[in-house]
Amino acid sequence: MPQTPIAHELAIQHAMSIAQWAGVRYSRETTTQRGVRNDRPETNQSALEEGVMCEVLVDGHFGYAATADLSDAGLQRAFDRALATTRATSPFKLHAFSADQRPGASGSYRSPRQHDLDHTSLAAITDCLLAASRAMQLSDLVVNRSASAMLVQTQIDFFSSNGSRTQQRFDMVDITLAATAAQGLQSQTRSWSRTGQFGGEIFERAEFEQQAERTAQEALELLASDNCPSGVMDLVLMPDQMMLQIHESIGHPLELDRILGDERNYAGWSFVQPADFGRLQYGSPLMNVSFDPSKDHEFASYRFDDGGNPATKELLIDKGVLVRGLGSLESQARSGLPGVANFRASSWNRAPIDRMANINLEPGDSSLDDLIGQVEHGVLMTTNRSWSIDDYRNKFQFGCERGQLIHNGKLGEVVRNPNYRGVTVDFWNHLAGVGRDQATYGTAFCGKGEPNQVIRVGHSSPPCLFRGVEVFGGQS
Amino acid sequence: MMASDFITRVHAHFDTLCADLLSRLGAGEETTLNITAEETLFVRFNGNRVRQNTDVEQLTLSLRLQSNGRTVEKGATLTGAADADRAAAMLLLEACRYEASVLPLDPNQVAMQNKGSSNEEFRGALLAAQEVVPAVVAPAEGCDLAGLYAGGAIIRGNRNSLGQSHWFATETFFLDYSIYNGAKAAKGSYAGSRWNAADWAANLAHTRSMLALLDKPPQNIHPGRYRTYLAPRAFSELVGMLGWNALSASAWKQGRSPFKKLAEKEARLSPLLSIDENFALGLTPRFNALGEVSARTLPLIRAGELQNLLVSSRSAKEYGLAANGASEGESPRVMDVATGTLQNQDVLKTLGTGLYLSNLHYLNWSDPVSARVTGMTRYACFWAEAGEIVGPIQDLRWDESLYDALGTKLVALTAQAEIDPATGTYYQRSLGGSRTPGALIEDFTFTL
Repeated sequence: MPQTPIAHELAIQHAMSIAQWAGVRYSRETTTQRGVRNDRPETNQSALEEGVMCEVLVDGHFGYAATADLSDAGLQRAFDRALATTRATSPFKLHAFSADQRPGASGSYRSPRQHDLDHTSLAAITDCLLAASRAMQLSDLVVNRSASAMLVQTQIDFFSSNGSRTQQRFDMVDITLAATAAQGLQSQTRSWSRTGQFGGEIFERAEFEQQAERTAQEALELLASDNCPSGVMDLVLMPDQMMLQIHESIGHPLELDRILGDERNYAGWSFVQPADFGRLQYGSPLMNVSFDPSKDHEFASYRFDDGGNPATKELLIDKGVLVRGLGSLESQARSGLPGVANFRASSWNRAPIDRMANINLEPGDSSLDDLIGQVEHGVLMTTNRSWSIDDYRNKFQFGCERGQLIHNGKLGEVVRNPNYRGVTVDFWNHLAGVGRDQATYGTAFCGKGEPNQVIRVGHSSPPCLFRGVEVFGGQS
Repeated sequence: MMASDFITRVHAHFDTLCADLLSRLGAGEETTLNITAEETLFVRFNGNRVRQNTDVEQLTLSLRLQSNGRTVEKGATLTGAADADRAAAMLLLEACRYEASVLPLDPNQVAMQNKGSSNEEFRGALLAAQEVVPAVVAPAEGCDLAGLYAGGAIIRGNRNSLGQSHWFATETFFLDYSIYNGAKAAKGSYAGSRWNAADWAANLAHTRSMLALLDKPPQNIHPGRYRTYLAPRAFSELVGMLGWNALSASAWKQGRSPFKKLAEKEARLSPLLSIDENFALGLTPRFNALGEVSARTLPLIRAGELQNLLVSSRSAKEYGLAANGASEGESPRVMDVATGTLQNQDVLKTLGTGLYLSNLHYLNWSDPVSARVTGMTRYACFWAEAGEIVGPIQDLRWDESLYDALGTKLVALTAQAEIDPATGTYYQRSLGGSRTPGALIEDFTFTL
């Protein structure tokens, strides 16, 4: 592990002349974006974000100051700002905290990978993206062929006055291929993505070409398809849509800071009440959902959260019953509810809040054919395209890129613009089948918090079958 | 009140860095430099108490190198210290040079030009850090208030190797908040460059009056089509969807625009609807990241017909269009919707029986080709009968094509518009915003 380039001990010692507790979180992140479109370079950008969040506990209130001046004097000035502001705000604090919410911890984490991302040549990445773009050129109707890769390398080191010393290094990749087919006023886009903690081994030209060709074929197929029919029917969701379903209707409503009202003015509140834990039948008995920061290659795996709390796999929903929330030690102290290690910040300049990390639906025992075989009249939907849910996380409407009708247990014709809507607890209680084969997806852009923060989350899920869902198509 | 030399210090620092870096360019190299910086106090409130306070000082330099027909852009956080940042800038330049030597040609590259110079600074009178919380919470005593105060200096600077130079700095604050009575809530926002205790008290009193209306008997509204009034902030959310590819020239050319029919004259919107990009509102600088300067006012939609898509210089090069100062994302930065004739005092009477929506939430295209949007109602939303508020409604989902809602179904726009400054704080405090009137829409479709 590279050394942390700051004199954290000196800075913490400076803060402790006044503070009950002090911590330093050093963060360095390089994000590189490579993109081609229609066989031409589109994007070649990178950004280095580097700085320190100085954190103090004063009169039971945690306060923060962020600086990119990594010198001894710079850190001390940041701590002085944090101390001055926090002394002024602590009489108005929402809750009296203690150092118990910042346990002393030590250890390290490194993303699993075969080849470090920074040793992956630009030429190799460009070659894969150009190959994908060319492979999508199946017809003049494919008017837009894009291939992009985001490579992220992150270092987060945390030190505190009560002995925390954690060092974590992450290598992450987010690849997207997309083909848009258009004719007249109609157009349809199909995409493929690969997201997670990987090294340079992910850049395999043959895989890019294969996925690109399939993506373009399916865009053309959608262009020639009918709209998805409307009606109440059975619905099979593939893992790349389950990811969104889990994220919006399980992840966010279970965040304890939402339940406690912190997020009411921005992302929203939650229909989940504190009394629901241990009681609410959130879904059918087939439903088992975990918080799992330990899964190899999933986007939001880590060993410690940004408060130094060791992260372990925990079951959130057990046989359909809500048992645990997504809340940090701060939220657990405020609510008295069981939580997890999910106190995370998006960068050096933001304070940690309750975030999702990896939220996964545990596999069942059905094959995909088994699930389809149980459907007399329904539709299978793939790849999220549209998402919207209310501020309490009840009424959702989601759309997918591709639908395929199911008649009497067999897959039938492809349909475009498939959408469905429902209400969270009712929907999950209509879960009638859980596949055995998980696939893992993620997003780098989960937005939340005041000030706003985007953070990476991962979701693993098998395909799932839901009974009696309101399904509809497009107008055009 | 807070007095800061942050703007002066960053300006001088940027001047020094640019002079040094531009002097090191070689033959055939052109570069654009941007600095974004802010010195912000964020205070997050819950229950009219402080949940978190964060002081942030950040400077970011980005460098675009165009060399040998290649384009590379790199950015880095700056420390604010001269020697360290000079070294960081040189590392960026060297890294760009290396990548330009191995990347393929960029056929859509636009040759850099000197697009002129500008210098605007707007100094404010902001509260000192220790003054913020008492100033916010004292008038709100007894309120369950949640929200965010953000205040301080925001800077955007641009230079290029052909002598172009732009500078914009402003000192502003916003308090974006909502107040609660159990699960009932009303939304408010107070923003400016000078904190005024009387203005804050009046703003809060207005929001409290909206919250009091929520004490009326709750109404259970079934899915269906209803005559609907969107208050300015709700209408701002709806027309804000035009920033999601609808007015982008590249999205149109790439088959991704929900307004393809509008762009190709296969459809039109209501003759009541006119929308400009209006930098005269002073919410954001006119220059973009390439230093290109937009017209002070750019008509986008006039009387329901498309006048201009937003065209970046890169799109202009690729598709043979005329650039109009748009940023590379081709989204509106200051959308200004023309007012109508409906007076505020006549809104309820003209609505008659239907829905009065203060805010919308979580909008997304549900069928892009049809410009159909779905979203939710949020905060203070009511059922009205015969021009009187009857009571609050439950959250409702709606799903409606903009060709209809902004077309044949648009009945009236109010004569008064409200400015809604940007309150986004992803990565950094946003600039920009919008000005919108309220809108009365017939047969708005509610689905769940």
